[in-house]
Amino acid sequence: MERLKKGGLSIFNWVEKRTGLVKPLGEMASHPTPGSATSWWYVFGSAAMVLLMLQVVTGILLALVYSPSAGNAWHSLQFINHNLPLGWFLRALHGWGSDFMIAVVLIHMVQVFLFGAYKFPRELTWIIGVFLLLCTLGMAFTGQVLRFDQDAYWGLGIGASITSRMPGIGPQAVHMLLGGPIIGGGTLSRFFALHVFVIPGALLALVGLHLLMVLRLGINEWPMPGRLVRKADYERNYAALTKSTGVPFVPNAAWKDAVFAAAIMLAVMACAFFFGPFGPGGVPDPTIIQTAPKPDFFFLWLFAVLAYLPPEMETAAVLIAPPILIGGLILLPLLASEGEKHWSRRPVAVIVLTLIAVTLGTFTHLGLHAPWSPVMDSWSSDPIPAIYLEHRTPLERKGALLFQQKQCRDCHSLGGVGGKRGPALDSVATEMTEDQMIRQVLQGGGNMPAYGNALSPAETEALTHFLRTLRGPGLRPAYDASQGLQPQNASHPVAP
Amino acid sequence: MSHPIEDPNVPTPQSEVPREWLGTPQEIAAAHSSSNSRRGFLFKLAVGLNALVGMVLAAPIIGYLVGPALKKDAENNSWVSLGPVDAFPIGQTRLAEYVNPVVSPTDGETAKTACWVRHAEDGNFQVFAINCAHLGCPVRWFEQSKLFLCPCHGGAYYIDGSRASGPPERGLFEHKHRIERGSLLILTGQLPTLSTEACNGPKGSLKTLVQSIGADTADTTGRSAWNG
Repeated sequence: MERLKKGGLSIFNWVEKRTGLVKPLGEMASHPTPGSATSWWYVFGSAAMVLLMLQVVTGILLALVYSPSAGNAWHSLQFINHNLPLGWFLRALHGWGSDFMIAVVLIHMVQVFLFGAYKFPRELTWIIGVFLLLCTLGMAFTGQVLRFDQDAYWGLGIGASITSRMPGIGPQAVHMLLGGPIIGGGTLSRFFALHVFVIPGALLALVGLHLLMVLRLGINEWPMPGRLVRKADYERNYAALTKSTGVPFVPNAAWKDAVFAAAIMLAVMACAFFFGPFGPGGVPDPTIIQTAPKPDFFFLWLFAVLAYLPPEMETAAVLIAPPILIGGLILLPLLASEGEKHWSRRPVAVIVLTLIAVTLGTFTHLGLHAPWSPVMDSWSSDPIPAIYLEHRTPLERKGALLFQQKQCRDCHSLGGVGGKRGPALDSVATEMTEDQMIRQVLQGGGNMPAYGNALSPAETEALTHFLRTLRGPGLRPAYDASQGLQPQNASHPVAP
Repeated sequence: MSHPIEDPNVPTPQSEVPREWLGTPQEIAAAHSSSNSRRGFLFKLAVGLNALVGMVLAAPIIGYLVGPALKKDAENNSWVSLGPVDAFPIGQTRLAEYVNPVVSPTDGETAKTACWVRHAEDGNFQVFAINCAHLGCPVRWFEQSKLFLCPCHGGAYYIDGSRASGPPERGLFEHKHRIERGSLLILTGQLPTLSTEACNGPKGSLKTLVQSIGADTADTTGRSAWNG
């Protein structure tokens, strides 16, 4: 035993003499951390790094089998899911790992922002962090493309369509993005190269730099109201604080990092085990048009924004907003590098953060439900509520039938069922007169297509007769007050 | 008992350096000679040489990288047959499939593409790309309401491809077409987007179809429902 120990030590010494790696690593591990910075709030950065390692390992394992060719990618994923032992679990780990990584990176960013940790002298650490965020989102988008199913295919189409709006170089940019004139083999292989070589390379290099700077500049102290950052004396003050309250990073802070990382890994494994891998969805065959493409969770907000942008603003918004947002994030530490770090003294920062969070949350929620999309099969699958058909004349029932046949239901709900693109029509008759309805149906307007060419006069009459019965119990249909002077007003039917 | 752990990073204590390691006079003279400026110049020259090599190397790399972007539209587009004209009855809009004229060996199913063929009442043809003019999602034709609807963001187009409502700022992309020996041919080859249009169809034609029309043009589905 004694000899074994001695032998082991001499091998270690032989290697350390030649590499000199262990000593600096030991110094890194024991670098003094302000006691307040060993909080549970400081665990997200290391958790993001652990998730990155998980992604690297599971990614390499998937690349052993995945075939980055447009003709085979989808089939190779099915093969991993169904024919390889635990292949489904590996794909699930990689997919859920990616979602967790984005979430943890965002939380890390919010924490750093709220704690004012981006201020002097850590401005560049934040700026590199912004590029790390972009790399992470880039990995998420390219990864979604590698899943090469219908969503991936049409997602690429959306990417190409946005790119095509670039003034002057639109066509060239589209063909660069797609690696050819259409979405095909060239497209997938270049997204594979981005996802597997280019972005991970940048990501790992930037993470190394990010980490090196954290070690060099020290972990941000817990902010205190009144503990102001000034370029003139911050470093001296930080050194004094670290001297009086500092503790070695290992084990004082490291144990919390380790516990949280383990918890996150367990959570990823649990999600992977219970919810399984993401897709792949339908075959990426562009002739199958019965599909409603949707992006992955973290891009749903963008999906919603693109639905709500007015047509005339769209090109400007998609080309100008991203550089402004990214530029703002990069400039933030340069413009606000001094002053208060504590959130209670930075109300504007807290309000802006809340606003961004609520906005992203709202758009993500809308993206999940996509109320702007017609429900394409509502007209043939959702019956008209029976109560809307009772005691109705044959003409009104004919109108109800037309309401379904002309696919009005795809955009207008009745009884809470149907599309949400247009307003629900359960009480339309109390809001619009017959003339207004006819005008709206035939001419369209306000985001409704005109049905003048799709309805005959007889059909229009039947439809409006049905619509005039849609009103609350005991309510009269709306009527044109100016027509009240004319005798035919009496012909308005009363509510059944 | 414990072994003293020697720090391997500390160099072993130096004793007198042997004479042989102090350098010969020639070596010392060469190191301190006045040719330092010459070496500095040579180094700059070497850096310049590498910059030159780098530039020569960059040309094929950049050429390879941007190759797909440099092709002219004319090289991508060619005429493709959609089959006999008889397959598209008058008064109907039907989905047609074709294989893109430019394919690569790994395209698989993505080499296939679809388009909407409208054989209008007046005998004229219109061929629309399935890609919505907003963000490229596949639009679906609804015969009953005579609308193309997009599943992504709810863009809608009329029977003639003009914009009806929603986020698109123009009508559907239209392929150039011609009829040759009973076959319908279209000019196609690249993913239609706002800057890579399928062809030079009327751009952003915003026809409004407002007035109601005679009962004789009502669609057959509606009429049979009347009778049934």
